[in-house]
Formats: sequence, C-alpha cells, structure tokens
Amino acid sequence: MAEGAKSLLSAYRGNNLREVAGLIRLGVIELSHRTGTAHIGSCLSVADILAAAYWGGLNVAPETAASPDRDRLVFGKGHAAAALLSALAARGFFPLETLDGFNREGGLLQEHPGPDWPAGVETAAGSLGHALSIAVGLALAASIQGRGYRVCAVIGDGECNEGSVWEAAMFAGGQGLARLCAVVDLNGWQGIGRSGEITALEPLADKWRAFGWHAIEVDGHDPDKLRDLLAAYGDGGKPTAIIARTVKGKGVSFMEDDNHWHYRTLKPSERLAAVAEIAAIPTPRQ
Amino acid sequence: MRDAFIQEIERLAADPDGDERIVVVTADIGNRMFNRFREANPGRFVNTGIAEANMTGIAAGLAMAGLRPFTYTIASFNPGRCLEQIRLDICQHNLPVTVVGVGAGLGYASLGPTHHALEDIAWLRSIPNMTVLCPCDPVETRCAVRAALRHDGPVYLRLGKKGEPTVHFREPDFRIGGSIRLREGGDAALLAVGAVMPEALKAADLLAEKGVAASVYSFHSVKPMDTRLLESLFDSVSIVFVIEEHVASGGAWSAVAEWLAERGGGGARLGRIGMPDEFHHLAGGQGWARRHFGLDAKSVAGRIRSALKKCGS
Repeated sequence: MAEGAKSLLSAYRGNNLREVAGLIRLGVIELSHRTGTAHIGSCLSVADILAAAYWGGLNVAPETAASPDRDRLVFGKGHAAAALLSALAARGFFPLETLDGFNREGGLLQEHPGPDWPAGVETAAGSLGHALSIAVGLALAASIQGRGYRVCAVIGDGECNEGSVWEAAMFAGGQGLARLCAVVDLNGWQGIGRSGEITALEPLADKWRAFGWHAIEVDGHDPDKLRDLLAAYGDGGKPTAIIARTVKGKGVSFMEDDNHWHYRTLKPSERLAAVAEIAAIPTPRQ
Repeated sequence: MRDAFIQEIERLAADPDGDERIVVVTADIGNRMFNRFREANPGRFVNTGIAEANMTGIAAGLAMAGLRPFTYTIASFNPGRCLEQIRLDICQHNLPVTVVGVGAGLGYASLGPTHHALEDIAWLRSIPNMTVLCPCDPVETRCAVRAALRHDGPVYLRLGKKGEPTVHFREPDFRIGGSIRLREGGDAALLAVGAVMPEALKAADLLAEKGVAASVYSFHSVKPMDTRLLESLFDSVSIVFVIEEHVASGGAWSAVAEWLAERGGGGARLGRIGMPDEFHHLAGGQGWARRHFGLDAKSVAGRIRSALKKCGS
C-alpha cells in the first residue's frame, strides 16, 4: 500500500464519517492498484455504508471483536472485500500489514472473504444470496441464548436476484425479527447490466414492506443518516430494510455509474487521478 | 428411523443436564413428529417453511453463535436444494451442523425422481470437512445422532424413512470412521450402507443355506471410512460387495473402489449392488423397486453366488 494511504489509514482517530468513507475509498484504490483486483465500483458504492456501520452504527469495536454480545455485520457483497478490509483496518481491527496478504500468491486473503479472515469479518462470502439467511440464524440464536446483540446484513441490489434472499426475507418478516437489518447497496448495476432493467427490482422498498419489513429509503452516500438509522433499529416487532441508494464507483468521477469498473483495474495514471479526487474530500489533520 | 432420530434428539435435549445447544430446523417436513420437542424446548424448533437454502443458511448462523442445529427434510431436498449452502456456509466454516436427509435412497420410491435420493452420498462425500453417516436401523440412528452431536464439524445423516426393522438387539460400538459386523463368514463380505441392511442379512441367510459363508457389515461411515476393515477384508475373503441405494458414481462402492485403486488393488474382487445411471419412473414402493433393480435379498444372494463361481471359489 502506498505510504500516503497507509499513514492516513493507520493514523485516523477521528469520527467524521465522510472522512472515514474517503479513507475506505483510498484503501480500495490502493489495494486494487497494488494487486490488480477488480470490483472497484462495488467497493466505492458501499464505502459510506461501512463507515456508518463500523463508526457508531453498530455495536462493534476491535476490543469486542470476539465478544458473544457484539453486533454482527454479515457482509454479503463478498466481491467488495477490498472495501471491507479497508474499513476494518482503518477501524483498527487488525494491523495494516495484514493487508499485505491480500490477493498475493500464497497470501492469506483471497479476493473474497474466507472463513478464517481477520477479526471483524464474520463470515466467508463470494456466492450471493447467503448472507441474509446466515444473519437470520444469528438473530434467532440471540433470542435462543438470551443475548441482546443485533445483526446487519449488507447485500447488493444484484444479489436481490437470488431467490434465497427472498426466502430469508419472507421468513424474517413472518417471525418479526426486529434485531435484524438488511442494508441494500442499491447502486443500480449488476454484473452485465442495470439491475432495474433485468428484473422488476423496483419498487424495492415496497417489496420488503410486503414481506413484513420496516423499509426505509435513504441516500446511501449520507453516512451520518445511515449511522443514525443503524444505531436505532432493533425494536418495533419487524426487521428493518435500509434501501441505500448509491452510485456505483462513487467518489471517482470517471468511475461513477460506469459498470466497466465492475471488471476493470487501474492504470497508474487512473490511480493517481482517483486518489487525487478522493483526497480532495477534506481529510483529517495530522 | 425418523422416529428414532427425533426420540434421541428429545432425550438428549431433555436429560437433567440436557444439551441446550440442540436446535431442530426443518423445511416444513415432519408432520407432528416434532410436537413433543417443540413443546419441551420452546424457541429451539424452527420451521423455515419450504425453503431449504434458507434453512441451511439459518443453521449456519445458529452454529456460528455456538448452537448445534439439525436441519431436517427429505433427503432429495436436503442436500439437493441447498447443496451450495451446505458447501459454503456449513462446510467451509467447518460448523457443527447435522444435515439430516430422511427417506434417502429409495425410501420414497413411489413418489418419483423428485423424491429419490440416489446421488446424495456423492455430493456430500466430495465436500471437505463433511462426515457422511448412513445408519442401518433405528438403533444405529440413535448412535449416529449422538456421534454427530459430539463431532465438532458438519455431518450428513442419511436416514431411511420409518418402520425399518431393528437389526441390533443391543447397542453396538458405533464410531465415526468405524463399521459394525453383524454376521461372520469367510467366503464373501457384504458391506451394507444404510436402510438396505435387512436385504443383506437375508441374502446372507440364503447364501448360508447354499453353504456359502458371507460376513455382513454395517458400513455406516462412508466418510471417513473404516479402512482397517477394508485392509483386513481384501486380504482375507475372495469377494467384497457393497450394497447401497445409490448410483455408482461417488457412492460408498465408489469410495471403496477409490481406496482400492490407491492401494494398488490386490486381494479380493470388489462388486457393486446399487442403482443404474438412470432416472426411475416406474410405480411401486421401496420393496418393489429393490426387486426391480436387484437390491432385494434373493437377487443379492444370486449375484454373490455367481460372482464366487467366476472367482473359482
């Protein structure tokens, strides 16, 4: 990782969520550039959601990473692992050097989260449509064991093509699992097309409501609002769906809403331009 | 077997210091059979509805939190409808979830290929971390439930349906990776896998009438296998038959054949009594289907006699 991004990530002790999201984006660009890893667009769309979740939205912290009472973030968008790793590193879940094992031959971190990833990564991911069911199981376990933790699944809009998402949604709605939240990173794109043109995705919030959920639509790049919503859910007798409207590639003008960045990797000049744009967002004073 | 399964679960959950980690998760199968468990253990019975993938992901989440879930539905659907969840959510995380398939093999023969589970051993045996247990009667089923609960990893429990005869009259020494001898005999060995056991025992009786001494083993642990037994059998008898309600590819016979090939062959010949590589569409129950496909006692005895003649024994 470039020294600049490294010092920024490791030095950050603030609580400005836009700065946090900027750091996550910088981490994504650096990890992707260093290792030739794709899915940059998906990483950039989910950055504000992760900033909100790990900086106040959920009851998660490096010190309590193994506590049975911690909230659980189940990350469904496994292809956006670079964003997850950047967020957790910046939050101090593991030393930055851990990222040296990402997507290198023989390294411990492949392009999708594995079962033995560092603290903070709750589950393996990579095949879509698994996270919400696992989250339901964790939520049921909390009831059975009399624990107070909450569970939050972060999934994509393309992921909502998978039938298992709706199996889990219908069941969670039927059971009234209030301690469960699903955040949909609705960036409008999936693998090879616009998500709204392939399936009848919209009205997405109404779909969750029809399945017995409390659904909220929100600007997915407003991390303060996201943090407030994540901090507040857990009561009311229904699970909560947060439909986060995002822009794929958010934060880098030449990537925004351009699905080529689902697959493309960065040329050196593009990396410099991307870093310059992201760094133009106010960053923490050293 | 399904009654033995749930009765053992009830007993383990209800002991004075009952196992509070047990959770039963079903995809809307098990009419009334779970009533007692549900009443005795409120909250620890989960019916996910007819949604096997969700059932399996939920079980993974429960196990991640320290519980010991048993997922339950018909073996054609569990694992058939949720194979990827078993592979990635349960086995990749090496979670202590027991996947219970009821009516495996030809247990639901009359219901058609939708309800036949004749490829399930192959699917699950090939997944890392998975253990595959095929108890042969209600007594072994109870043993297998306890073994699965003790085991710190995923288990596939391949059950018959109901009303299987009891072949064990006292509790056997049931161990993962073991096998259980039910008959002694030095001419041939029959390794019976799961609920087809009574046919193997009857076949041994028929063979005895003809002066052929066949040993019969419950080969309940298909992964890991009792390779010590295999070593001794292939060095002592002239023919070893595997009997299973499963296709050739990837089943228990295939597992033994792989072991034998890696060993470099030698000793006894290996025979297979199982299902052909085709869908089965003819009406008729399990008994009829066994006769049709040569898995009944008479056919088994005939196959073994002619194989022995070919061996020159």
